[in-house]
Amino acid sequence: MDNAYDGLTDAGEEKHWAFGTGFTAALAGVGRDIPAVDRDSLTAYCLMLGDDALVYSQRLAEWCSRAPELEEDVALANIALDLLGQARLLLSRAAEVEDAGRDEDALAYLRDERQFRNVRLVELDCGPGPGGDFGTTIARLLVFSTWRLAVFQRLVGSADPVLAAVAAKGVKELAYHRDHAAQWVLRLAGGTEYSRERIVAGLDKVWAFTEELFATHPIEAELDGVAVDPAAARAEFDQVIDTVLSAAGLERPRTTQVAALAGQAGRDGIHTEAMGYLLAELQHIARSMPGAVW
Amino acid sequence: MDLEREFEQTVAADHRVEPRDWMPDGYRATLVRQIAQHAHSEIIGMQPEGNWISRAPSLRRKAILLAKVQDEAGHGLYLYAAAETLGADREELTEKLIAGRQKYSSIFNYPTLTYADVGVIGWLVDGAAICNQVPLCRTSYGPYARAMIRVCKEESFHQRQGYELLMTMMSGTEQQRALVQESVDRWWWPSLMMFGPPDAESSNTEQSMLWRIKRHTNDELRQRFVDMSVPQAAKLGVTLPDPHLVWNAERGHHDFGEIDWTEFWQVVKGAGPCNAQRVEHRRKAHEDGAWVREAATAYARKKEQAA
Repeated sequence: MDNAYDGLTDAGEEKHWAFGTGFTAALAGVGRDIPAVDRDSLTAYCLMLGDDALVYSQRLAEWCSRAPELEEDVALANIALDLLGQARLLLSRAAEVEDAGRDEDALAYLRDERQFRNVRLVELDCGPGPGGDFGTTIARLLVFSTWRLAVFQRLVGSADPVLAAVAAKGVKELAYHRDHAAQWVLRLAGGTEYSRERIVAGLDKVWAFTEELFATHPIEAELDGVAVDPAAARAEFDQVIDTVLSAAGLERPRTTQVAALAGQAGRDGIHTEAMGYLLAELQHIARSMPGAVW
Repeated sequence: MDLEREFEQTVAADHRVEPRDWMPDGYRATLVRQIAQHAHSEIIGMQPEGNWISRAPSLRRKAILLAKVQDEAGHGLYLYAAAETLGADREELTEKLIAGRQKYSSIFNYPTLTYADVGVIGWLVDGAAICNQVPLCRTSYGPYARAMIRVCKEESFHQRQGYELLMTMMSGTEQQRALVQESVDRWWWPSLMMFGPPDAESSNTEQSMLWRIKRHTNDELRQRFVDMSVPQAAKLGVTLPDPHLVWNAERGHHDFGEIDWTEFWQVVKGAGPCNAQRVEHRRKAHEDGAWVREAATAYARKKEQAA
């Protein structure tokens, strides 16, 4: 035991040992065939699902070292890691389908705001920044994970083998995320008067971005059999949310929905004012050091 | 046989002391202090590296860094749990940390200024931590020793990841190589300070060695770290910022220059570059989260009453 670091200097020529050996790729054995659909549309669809996960992961990771309890630091980081993992698989698939020499990092770090296709819900500051608190954070986690789980359960049957495999892996993760959020909604609603106020305010805030989640995008409609029409996930979403809210003794929020801009929203690259700051932070080193290797 | 003799025999025979065993008050107090400081170090240590999660320059690096900082939260949890087996309370220990009545490793009072610092912390700071911690896997108090086995395995993984980041950066652009060297220049001496004051001035060492809480002196561990780091630096292609660093064939060890103990004591006493910032960050997270912890407690109580 006294030489846990033995071999560190003699690791041979293997340059990337950290994740280099002894690990199985997340999608090992999954076919990489590309279904016979429009490639630009399929690329865009992979970006939609990938950007949702990437941008939300970025937001959740902001809690790291700031959570109300150490267990929650671990849990929120874990959820952020799951989503980052989903994002990497989906952006890599987008790059593969696009076949233009880009990779996951080129897509994450070198696209501009208008090229990001995530729903606006995931880019909002819901805390620990000034835009929210733990109540808002839990409210978004409940809404997002309930929605994405309902979509992924249907995506398991996609004609794209990679999307189907990402979904199959993702449903297990998302079921845990949804459960974690639901448990906290119960605790906050049934805890103290103040915590109940906070979860109600949090739900009110994020609810304004729910309609966008279920609006069928032309690309989703076009990719029949490959993409999931989110409108088909609405009934399940409503049922799960109603179950959780009723167990918590809460009413469904009646917040006015935030409008799209001339019919366009996140899926078309039209974002909120928060998005530019988020991307500036995410992309700054990668962009300021062209040619660097990481 | 009296309790004190039984305790001494257990320790002398290298057997483990367990939570329900009788132990001297001084032994208990020393362990609570040491384990709490160690737990605090893990939790405060989340900040300097956490500072770079949002800006990590590739998605793979972001995943590695986030997982590492998450591991540190996990280490803090095991260690607070080990301290609780001695009758301490996590909430009280956190209050002491925030009030400045318990310390954490001074290394975290230095700022992380470039992404190279993420790699150098992994290589040097985690490397020094491993030198300090591997012997603790055989420390006399059972729960602490067992927690340390898991902590050391993960720390060793972090060290490799840090070194691998630096290797990659050194294979990159001129600017990246310069960043690595500049970061090594800043972290080398503070890393050597992580082993604590020289043996002649270490007030706690003698009793802790006798109780087998501690197994090697500060200077022995520091020497081991220097000997281990020199070939790693050569392989990496960086220069360690010490003109007196030279192999001494007679001793079979590297000689190295004098540590700036004035700086060491200054940082320990609270006047380092980030002391106030680190404690304030922890205080704010703890206070901002108070209503959430209260809600969870109130909810659990209501559930219990309803049952």
